[in-house]
Amino acid sequence: MEQSILEPATLEETRDLVAEAVLDGKTLEIMGAGSKRGLGRPVRAERVLSTRRLEGVDLYEPAELVMSAGVGTPMATIQATLAERGQELAFEPADYGVIFDHEPGVQTIGGVFAANLSGPRRLKVGAARDHLLGVTCVTGRGEVIRAGGRVVKNVTGYDLCKLLAGSHGTLAVMTRVIFKVLPRAETSATLLVRGADEQRLLAALRLAMNSSFEVSGAALLPILAAGRSKVAMLRKPVRLQAALRLEGPPPSVAHRIDALQQLLAEDGGLGFERLDANDTATLWAEIRDLKLLSPALPLWRLSMPPSVAATLSEWIGQMSAEHLYDWSGGLVWLALKPAWAGEADLIRRALADHGGHATLIRAAYEVRERVPVFEPQPLALAALTRRVKESFDPKHILNPGRMYAEV
Amino acid sequence: MEMPALDRDSLAKRDRIVAALRAIVPGEGVIANVTEMRAYECDALSAYRTLPMAVVLPASVQQVSAILKLCNDEKIKVVPRGGGTSLSGGSLPLGDGIVLGMGKFNKILDVDFQNRCVVVQPGVTNLAITRAVEHEGFYYAPDPSSQIACSIGGNVAENSGGVHCLKYGLTTNNLLGVEMVLPDGSVIRLGGRHLDADGYDLLGVMTGSEGLLGVVTEVTVRILKKPDTARAVLMGFPSNETGGDTVASIIAAGIIPGGLEMMDRPAIHAAEDFCKAGYPRDVEALLICELDGTAQEVDHLIDIVAAIARQHHASFIKVSESEEERTRFWAGRKAAFPAVGRISPDYLCMDGTIPRSQLAHVLKRMEEMSAHYGLRVANVFHAGDGNLHPLILFDANVPDELRKAEDFGADILKLCVEVGGVLTGEHGVGVEKRDLMPSMFNENELAQQQRLKCAFDPVQILNPGKVFPKLHRCAELGRLHVQRGALPFPDLPRF
Repeated sequence: MEQSILEPATLEETRDLVAEAVLDGKTLEIMGAGSKRGLGRPVRAERVLSTRRLEGVDLYEPAELVMSAGVGTPMATIQATLAERGQELAFEPADYGVIFDHEPGVQTIGGVFAANLSGPRRLKVGAARDHLLGVTCVTGRGEVIRAGGRVVKNVTGYDLCKLLAGSHGTLAVMTRVIFKVLPRAETSATLLVRGADEQRLLAALRLAMNSSFEVSGAALLPILAAGRSKVAMLRKPVRLQAALRLEGPPPSVAHRIDALQQLLAEDGGLGFERLDANDTATLWAEIRDLKLLSPALPLWRLSMPPSVAATLSEWIGQMSAEHLYDWSGGLVWLALKPAWAGEADLIRRALADHGGHATLIRAAYEVRERVPVFEPQPLALAALTRRVKESFDPKHILNPGRMYAEV
Repeated sequence: MEMPALDRDSLAKRDRIVAALRAIVPGEGVIANVTEMRAYECDALSAYRTLPMAVVLPASVQQVSAILKLCNDEKIKVVPRGGGTSLSGGSLPLGDGIVLGMGKFNKILDVDFQNRCVVVQPGVTNLAITRAVEHEGFYYAPDPSSQIACSIGGNVAENSGGVHCLKYGLTTNNLLGVEMVLPDGSVIRLGGRHLDADGYDLLGVMTGSEGLLGVVTEVTVRILKKPDTARAVLMGFPSNETGGDTVASIIAAGIIPGGLEMMDRPAIHAAEDFCKAGYPRDVEALLICELDGTAQEVDHLIDIVAAIARQHHASFIKVSESEEERTRFWAGRKAAFPAVGRISPDYLCMDGTIPRSQLAHVLKRMEEMSAHYGLRVANVFHAGDGNLHPLILFDANVPDELRKAEDFGADILKLCVEVGGVLTGEHGVGVEKRDLMPSMFNENELAQQQRLKCAFDPVQILNPGKVFPKLHRCAELGRLHVQRGALPFPDLPRF
């Protein structure tokens, strides 16, 4: 049954609706545009509250590198406003439209922070959580609080912005976010590296990241993934390809791409191609938005120390139908054969010895009900997580069960 | 500064607690005599001093866990301490509590170039991390002025910054993982060598929590490759406004410098007298802008920055031509605090952050306050990120001057909040700014922060009396007082 959706248009309306739910003991599913409703454990709530009407950019000061907006503001609006002044969200939030079958750009800025979505540049500039400066929200106690502020350097009190980023609406309903924005690079280019095997290319990625050439994207694209790209140069080869992105002022990018190629060529056996700024933009948007993986298969996201990717690469190749490495190997996307959908334990056991965690990003409703979507936590940490949840939402009103069954 | 009343029960069981601590940490690891405890009676906010009941210096995670469990069961307060360099009194001891010194946790556990990270014990100094990796051309980015002495555990507790955080971030942006002990003695790990910790971002909450939530026993930080080149430009201006406008224009031009610092006339003169850095004396404001990256990029950007400065009527522009000259440009700025210490018997260092556009207004108001209180003030300023460090000059031997200086400081910080900024950018709240918290947060907000503390520390043994002006019992904070809204919203669309 599809419930009616509560759509408050102001902070006060949001507060009153949450307070009402607390008093009545009615659970609330919290969402923005609903574009990532399929992410996380299924929420069975009595009411749905959407923040999409809490919309609009209310402060933008390009010279101060800061913007403030209602959480319901669509990303398309945020990005267009920033682009007019040559700025952007440096953490390059992914748009999961493709994998959850939605139009691109509809996701809200609130949803981006609630899910802590970051793209390929995360390895250089940090995640969404690193760019969230201030939040106004309604807690699960029906109280309005503000956290953080509009300045970057701020250690006044606990950093609640970090806590709210990535909390998937389980602690509070954010209504307004203040975030850091940054100038867009003048130009960009990509060095494509071609080689015989994954180990070799992953080592090349790590070598590039350990150089002083300020690489802002480092991905490995197996043949299946590369074949899905709109960039013609990627579709041709029979060998595996890695991509390294460089951004900055034109003379600097030109120098660094030469120097980087020279550094990687020292060992021999690798081939090189280059992409211009246009193709670079296309390719990295495809990597960011998961357009290079099957749009239908169950999808796991593995976060691990980059060197572990090489250790596990053979196993990754065997168990996945398709895969892709981002963040220099620190982020691995696995599209599993449908029969593997529930094999969470196997994946998590493989990671356990190395540090890291696995999240089931896309799977059927029944699978997400059965399989822990987020990495299960050791007892003491799980107990702390529950106490943190209850400090904000003592009656478990907000998005109950979204992250963990007991949270 | 009023601290919580001493708890008689705790004082009465002092001997028993000391004996129990000795059973956990044998030998010299427990200090209970007054002479030896003097070394721990204060941190870098030395105006405040208190002797604790005892000092314990554990050497293993098991010992930290056993100490915290003991204190939690016995309701004994615990003040964690790293290098003792807090400027806000974060590790000021409590008379009815113990100090938990982490100095014996001084080992670098692993240098992992493959994953660009270093795993260390919390007592390792900030600078020692860079020292351990610089032979391969790497460094640890956050560089607080006290980096030679401050511990990385303390950096986590305070979310320390430094002159390079405009481009490279604060501690929180460079921290990958911790192992920590909760007050009940349980040991947990947050994050690791991978980029994103799972679950709630408790790592983010721990960073800057000022020793109120847990005791960190292991730290994993990200290291970066040193840029090929770094060059600095000195720029002198006829007014604070033109200096401030230059900062705004540099950033608006899309340039994020590695460092962007400003000093006002009193600070310039003090620094130049102290260490002959080559600063011009006939300007009202001085900017130091450092650009780093490949040589091509740095040369390209230096030309742009110099052109911007000329547009804003800079009367002095000098670009460093050698590494030695670049270091000298910084020497004056880095010595600004001791330089000011030479021209005044005492000074208070404040730490507010403001939106950059408010700079000229705030400096002007500060001049008025300076006249009102009859106390001089010198300003050094992390201009790029709006973090002000006004140094209020006073003489503690003149009756009432400390109080006047503190009132002046409080007025400055309230002004920072008034113009959209915050009370502290990098030094922490501690005891120093504790009573100003209500000027920034309302009761709901303070209560919610304290509820979060209760989730970590339900008995409230960790560092009470710091950060929050009023202590509430966790049970009292947990009660729900929900009111049905004034508006029933009959017209609210519900489709």
